[in-house]
Amino acid sequence: MKSEAKTVIIGGGIIGLSIAYNLAKLSESDVVVLEKGYLGNGSTFRCGTGIRQQFGDEANIRMMKRSVEIWEGLKEELGHDVEFTQSGYLFLLYDEEELESFKKNVRLQNKFGVPSRIITPEEAREIVPLLNTDGVIGAAWNHTDGKANPFKAVFAYAEAAKRLGVEIYEYTEAKGIKVENGGIKAVVTNRGEIKTGRVINAANAWASKINEMAGVPVDIPIHPYKHQGVKTEPIKPGQIEPMVVSFKHGGVYLTQEANQGGVIGGYGLKYGPTYDITPTYEFLRGVSYRFARIIPALKYVNVIRIWGGFYAETPDGNATIGRINEIDEFYIAAGFSGHGFMLAPVVGEALAELIVDGKTNKPLDFYDPYRFERGELRGKAIQMG
Amino acid sequence: MVKMTENTGDPREKIIICRCNDVTQKEIEDLIDRGITDIEEIKRLTRIGMGPCQGRTCIPLVISIIARKTGKKPDEIPVPATRVPVRPVMMGVLAGEMGDDDEE
Repeated sequence: MKSEAKTVIIGGGIIGLSIAYNLAKLSESDVVVLEKGYLGNGSTFRCGTGIRQQFGDEANIRMMKRSVEIWEGLKEELGHDVEFTQSGYLFLLYDEEELESFKKNVRLQNKFGVPSRIITPEEAREIVPLLNTDGVIGAAWNHTDGKANPFKAVFAYAEAAKRLGVEIYEYTEAKGIKVENGGIKAVVTNRGEIKTGRVINAANAWASKINEMAGVPVDIPIHPYKHQGVKTEPIKPGQIEPMVVSFKHGGVYLTQEANQGGVIGGYGLKYGPTYDITPTYEFLRGVSYRFARIIPALKYVNVIRIWGGFYAETPDGNATIGRINEIDEFYIAAGFSGHGFMLAPVVGEALAELIVDGKTNKPLDFYDPYRFERGELRGKAIQMG
Repeated sequence: MVKMTENTGDPREKIIICRCNDVTQKEIEDLIDRGITDIEEIKRLTRIGMGPCQGRTCIPLVISIIARKTGKKPDEIPVPATRVPVRPVMMGVLAGEMGDDDEE
């Protein structure tokens, strides 16, 4: 293990790895990534795989528009297939109020070049033939949204970062951060100490612990909530290509994996704050009931597994990304509230630009870590699961 | 499904370790040769243990491959977590909807 590095990134999920890769791409390759387990095991590997630009605020729409551009070329850029497919996102709408709010979102999305639109229940059924449209009065649809394989995306970012000189240490846990006179001196791990002048907290569900180690004097509320996912046995490919979402049925979302054919998804049942991710029978029953409401044919499909993972939530459901002014060269990119996987490519790019160039054209101000202390919460991000 | 490695005519490409997700001995050994020896990572990259059999067939085989290639003892290699449902169950059964009201 290196005893010294210009930058230490704490957290080997897709956010930390994307930041590492993007820093190296801008010639800042003296980077070490610390991961207390194996890469991706915190939240990335447990995510619902969705990638969407259908948000209700300018910043998330712009960030995700750019992220999708990167996702589109990621296989070529990183040299490994990440199985990104633009199979769309379909939000089922059941009443006038819901329809109006999604019409407003669609107008905003269109303003920033996202080709979303409101469609009829009949059109929705053409996209997903098995769909139950009872009670559905319309749907918000964007065909450029999609999904990717979290396992392969983590692997691709890690391999590409390593090729550029980044060192990645698995089973290496940050135990302390030495700060003197407002500057970082070293990160202490279970495998020894790494001298460094820069730390990036990409620990998501564990980010508050890292902030505490560094003595970050700002109140950045990030709490881990247990959410769960389900996967069924494979069914004939192409039945449920887009991510189908219904807020009426408790924030349920589901899609069919492109290559495997199993249906995966979840709903808004959450527990916490907690670090326990044991799956629950309550979820297994609840998710089955909800899936059967959306796609009745799924009643006849076997569930093969469920798993737990974290939404590292902030009070407004938006991440905290940026510099901590009181500690020189301490940055945070955490609290993704269920959106880390889809945002990872653009977050890595934006934070690397901020660090190397001192500025970025992405709207990182929206994710200002100081907004909670100032009482300037953002509008709650559209969130499912 | 997308393979992690190209077909080369190697006989190990015909030895299926995971019947649910169609993973061969060569795919697993190639990952180990690249330094990925953690069963949890191998599981997530190849999807061994994640199919309908939930690892009953493949996990013991993968453990023996890892043991042989890394020199570790099989009992030093942790078995991935098992979760409910232990055997596949139909969603309609879990949702309590496979009774008479289902005949509509």
